[in-house]
Amino acid sequence: MAEVIRLEDIMKTYVMGDTILHALNHVHLEVTNGEFMAIMGPSGSGKSTMMNILGCLDRPTSGKYYLDGKEIAGYDDDELAQTRNAKIGFVFQNFNLLPKLTAQANVALPLVYAGVPEDERMERAKQALVAVGLGERLDHKPNEMSGGQRQRVAIARALINNPAIIMADEPTGNLDTKSSYEIMDIFKAMNNEGKTVVMVTHEPDIGEQTKRILVMRDGQLVSDERR
Amino acid sequence: MFNESIKMALEGMVANKLRTFLTLLGIIIGVGAVIAMVSLGFGVKEQVKNNISRLGSNLLIVQSGGRTATGARIQAGSGARLTYDDAKAIEKSVDDALYVAPMVSKGYQVVVGNQNWTTNVQGAPPNILDIRDYTVEEGRNFNNRDMTSRTRVCVIGKTIVDNLFPEGDPVGKTMRIGKAPFTVIGVLGAKGQSAMGQDQDDVVFVPLTTAMNRLMGITYVNNITIQAKNENVVDSVQGEVEQILRERHRIKAGGDDDFTVRNLAALMDTMMETANTITMLLGCIAAISLLVGGIGIMNIMLVSVTERTREIGIRKALGATYHNILLQFLIEAMVIGVVGGVLGVLLGVASSYGISKFAGWNTVISVPTIIIAVVFSVGIGLFFGIYPARKAALLDPIDALRYE
Repeated sequence: MAEVIRLEDIMKTYVMGDTILHALNHVHLEVTNGEFMAIMGPSGSGKSTMMNILGCLDRPTSGKYYLDGKEIAGYDDDELAQTRNAKIGFVFQNFNLLPKLTAQANVALPLVYAGVPEDERMERAKQALVAVGLGERLDHKPNEMSGGQRQRVAIARALINNPAIIMADEPTGNLDTKSSYEIMDIFKAMNNEGKTVVMVTHEPDIGEQTKRILVMRDGQLVSDERR
Repeated sequence: MFNESIKMALEGMVANKLRTFLTLLGIIIGVGAVIAMVSLGFGVKEQVKNNISRLGSNLLIVQSGGRTATGARIQAGSGARLTYDDAKAIEKSVDDALYVAPMVSKGYQVVVGNQNWTTNVQGAPPNILDIRDYTVEEGRNFNNRDMTSRTRVCVIGKTIVDNLFPEGDPVGKTMRIGKAPFTVIGVLGAKGQSAMGQDQDDVVFVPLTTAMNRLMGITYVNNITIQAKNENVVDSVQGEVEQILRERHRIKAGGDDDFTVRNLAALMDTMMETANTITMLLGCIAAISLLVGGIGIMNIMLVSVTERTREIGIRKALGATYHNILLQFLIEAMVIGVVGGVLGVLLGVASSYGISKFAGWNTVISVPTIIIAVVFSVGIGLFFGIYPARKAALLDPIDALRYE
C-alpha cells in the first residue's frame, strides 16, 4: 500500500510569554492509502493542531511531513494553498459553506482556484451533489438546508477535486445522531471506494466506526489501534 | 480567474445594495463635482477670452513717437509721422495681419439743423468696423469706392443719432462736420461702454482719404490699427511690423524707434491666468470630495474584510492563494471606482448642463477632464483598496476559519 502521509518527529511549539507549549511533541505517523482513521483525545490534547498540520493549514516547528511522497515542510503560503487545493478535501464541524452561494457554486469553489473552466466546474459540482444524494438541491443556499444536508454539500466539495486525502474535523459535532450516522455512512462508502479519510472526533461511537483509532494526549500519540 | 473575480465582486455589490450605493455615492459626487467645477472653470475662461477678444486682444496699435527715446521725449503721436504708405506696406508684407487700418481722428463739432454735438471724428478704411467689432444696423458701411473718390459720407453710432436726430431715421440725411456737409449712410449697432469707460457709440467714421484731404487737410495718419489673425501670432506680427517700419523710416541698427506698437496681449495673459487660477481652485475643492469618496471606499472595504474573515478563511482552506484573495478585493474596490466614475461623469455632465441652463453660467465640458476624472476615480479605488485587500490576503487561514 502506498504511503499518503508520513510524519517524522513533528514538533509544534507555541511560546506564550515565558511558558513553552508543545502542542505536538515528537510525533511520528504513517497513513497508507485507503485508510479510515480517527484521531481522538480530550480538549487540548493537540488533535486540532495535528489536523491543521496534516491539512497543510499550518507548518510544523520542526520535523518532516511527506504528503503523497513530497516533503512539504519548506513550502511557502501559496504552495501550501495549491497543495490544499490539489491534495486535500476538508470537511469542518460547522460546515464552512459560503452563505451567499448555492450548493452547486459552493461545491464548485475549489475548482475555481484549480483553474477549471466554469462549464466543467458546474457539471462536476452537479455530479458530486448527485453522488451525496442532493441532486434535487443544486440551487439551494446553505441556510435553506438542514445540518445533515449542509454537511453532505461540504463532503461533495471536499471530493470535487479528487484529493489524495479527506480531512474531517469533528464532522458530526453539530449534527443529531441520525444525521451523524448518515454522514458516517457516506464516509464509509467513500472509504470503500478507496478514499483515505482522516477524522478528528471526541465522540467514541463515531470513532468506533473507523478502522484505525489514534489517541492523543498532551501533544503525544498515546495509542494507535487498528481494527 | 480575472472574470471570476469581477463576477464575485459584482455579486457582492448586488448582495449589499444599500452599502454599495452609499459607497458609490461618495465617488459619484466626487467625480461629478470635479467635472462640473472644472467645466464651470473652463466656462469662465472661455467667457474671459471672448470678452477680451471683443476688446481686441489681437489688436496692435502703431503710433508715431518712440517710447525709448533718450532725453526729452516728445508726445506719442507727434514727431515723425506714420503715413498711409506705411500702412499699405504692412498690409502687403505681413501675412498674419488680417486687417490693417491707418486712422486719423480729430475733435469736431457736428451739427444737424439746430442740434449740435462735439465728438471725435475718425477717418479710416472700411475694414475699421470689422476690427472694432461694429455692425451696421441701418444703411451701409462706406466702401473702397468711397475711399478712392473721397466722398463726403459718414457712418455714425447710436449716441450721435440720439443727440442729433431726435426724430430718428438719420440715413440719407446731411450732417455738418465742422463746416463740411457729410451724408449719413449708415448707423452702427449699439456697443455700450468699453472696459475703459468710453462710450463706444459716440463715434463718427468717415473714409480715411476724405478725412485726410477734405476734412483735416493732413498727409500723415495718427495711428495704424492692425488686427492679427489670432492671439497666438500677435507677437510675431508685432515683430514684423516693427521691422518694416524701421526699414521704411531708415532707422539704423541700435537707433531708437520713432514709433510705438502697443497690444492687449498682456491684459489677455493676466486675465487668462486669473481664469486658470479659478479653474484650479474649483477643481481642487472638487478633488477633495473625490478623495473623501476614496476614503469611503477604504472604510467599506475594511468593514467588508472583517465581515468576511470567515469567507476568506474558507477560500484559503480550499486553495485560494494570496493573489487570488488580493485580486478579489482589489477588483471589488476598482469596480466601485469604475461604476462610481461612470455614474459620476453622467452626473457631472448633467449638472454642467443644468448650471448653464438654469444659472446661465457658461460651462465647457472637456473630454480630457472626463477621462482624467474617471482614471482618477479608478486609481482612487485601487489606492484605497490595496490596504484592505492586502489585509484580507494576508489573513492566516486557521485564525480566519476560527473567526466568529
